[in-house]
Amino acid sequence: MNIFTYIMSPSSFFGAISQGLLWSVLAMGVYITYRILDFADLTTEGSFPLGAAVAAKYILSGYNPIAATFIAMGYGLLAGLITGFLNTKLKIPGLLSGILVMTGLYSINLRIMGKANLPLLKQPTVLTFFSDMGMTNTRAAMILGIITAVVVILLLWALFSTELGFAIRATGNNPHMIRALGVNTDFMTMLGLMLSNALISLAGALIAQYNGFADVGMGTGTIVIGLASVIIGEVLFGRTTVVRSLFSVVCGSILYRLIIAAALERRGFQPTDLKLLSSIVLAVCLSLPLVKEKYNRIVNRKNKVKESSQEPSLTKDDTLLKGGNPSC
Amino acid sequence: MLKIENITKTFSPGTANEKRALKGVSLHMKPKDFVTVIGGNGAGKSTLLNAIAGIFSVDSGKIIIDGNDVTKLPEHQRAQYIGRVFQDPRMGTATDMTIEENMSMALRRGKSRTLRKGITKKEKDMFREYLHMLDLGLENRMSAKAGLLSGGQRQALTLLMATMTKPKLLLLDEHTAALDPKTAKKVLELTKKIIEEEQLTALMITHNMKDALKHGNRLMMMHEGNILIDLQEEQKANLQVTDLLKMFEKASGASATNDRMLLV
Repeated sequence: MNIFTYIMSPSSFFGAISQGLLWSVLAMGVYITYRILDFADLTTEGSFPLGAAVAAKYILSGYNPIAATFIAMGYGLLAGLITGFLNTKLKIPGLLSGILVMTGLYSINLRIMGKANLPLLKQPTVLTFFSDMGMTNTRAAMILGIITAVVVILLLWALFSTELGFAIRATGNNPHMIRALGVNTDFMTMLGLMLSNALISLAGALIAQYNGFADVGMGTGTIVIGLASVIIGEVLFGRTTVVRSLFSVVCGSILYRLIIAAALERRGFQPTDLKLLSSIVLAVCLSLPLVKEKYNRIVNRKNKVKESSQEPSLTKDDTLLKGGNPSC
Repeated sequence: MLKIENITKTFSPGTANEKRALKGVSLHMKPKDFVTVIGGNGAGKSTLLNAIAGIFSVDSGKIIIDGNDVTKLPEHQRAQYIGRVFQDPRMGTATDMTIEENMSMALRRGKSRTLRKGITKKEKDMFREYLHMLDLGLENRMSAKAGLLSGGQRQALTLLMATMTKPKLLLLDEHTAALDPKTAKKVLELTKKIIEEEQLTALMITHNMKDALKHGNRLMMMHEGNILIDLQEEQKANLQVTDLLKMFEKASGASATNDRMLLV
């Protein structure tokens, strides 16, 4: 197909979609803190490799990969709890709380892994269930990604339709109001952070199994990837309801991977340029609303100039006659 | 219903910005009392209300609502007794959530939040009826986000939310101040109607002396962290704004005309 020759090969295309689906779990985690709680949570960069490290370690110790993946989620939950504790109980600003936990987790991740990189060669993973059925790694990842994304969307949709879910949403939206209605906002913030980081660790666990290794440095830039997915998704696919937003975020995550894959493959970038590309993509997305406004203003001005140039002297004279300073 | 005993509050104590906002305020409100509170900027009106609501803890004294000592309770635990409407219309609702979602959260004021459904069909029907009473057409826009409402609509909705499950005490913090005069009047009428129909005990701060005289069965004027004047229904019945100003000057020894309170 032509489109593949210009933009990317079919294999990178499907690879990008699989990756986008797996990474969408991270993006949904970021969505919970960034959008629902209105909390810029940098714990992400620590809880993502934490999930990878825990899953790899447990798989290598002979645990069932599914069990290992769930254990990884539990660790993420704890990371979120600590950030929440620092923020709500010790009153450390949210951004700083996240940075503290993220930094601390770097050492913890190294402790868990025992070294900086833990390969999962020839180990059973959540993907081998599918590849045992004769699927390629990419296809297996795609199926796993779809299942995970759908399950996570459904669970979050259900949760955010409950009394508790309403309270978490209101905590991010208007803490004064929901406190006045009898909700402990500290508790809700903690709950949201735990949920978010459990998902982010889940994403870390899945990506580690997809890539075949856990690396202590794999968390760097994940918050940017998550935010880019959230913002691309919401701008392009809408954000009227929670479930709509979640769906948008998943689409955003896929689209983000496609953009990156296209840039890497056909535009002469190297894999090491990935983080730079991530930042540029996010910067562009974040500035879109402003650019759009400026663009509209320029277009409007041009239209006005056109209108006035059609009958120039008349309008000018008219205003001079009617308005102006009465004293002159 | 509300018993306040000698509460004091000093902000930033021991610093250059030290502010003694409440200097030993005591107040007893009987059930169904509707007290209006006036006073200039910095008189301590809002501080008093916030102290009752539990936004901060007081330095000394006691706050008792319906026989329950709430002095040490955090804000969210006092919510079971108190309904509140704020000055800023944006404060009273979660703007990114729908009208019905906002109402469902208000219906659960003071109850613990569980994994039960956030809003049921039955509740929606109930909300529709409530909104119909407001006569603002909101019953047809229940799934619209609260952020789309005008200031007046939001205050009316917040008022409804604050009183839907009957509170022991309704706190109104200049809730009409941010509205245009016409809307303010409407919201005030609605306030009066709800308080009378539900037989609520209410404390209303206002900067409008006429409103303070016209509404409620008791009027208090605060000045520099104290309650300066406390008028019962019969005392305030035939009072004019000018009388009130004279009383203030006599009681405080200050000139009312210099005070920002004069926003009649």
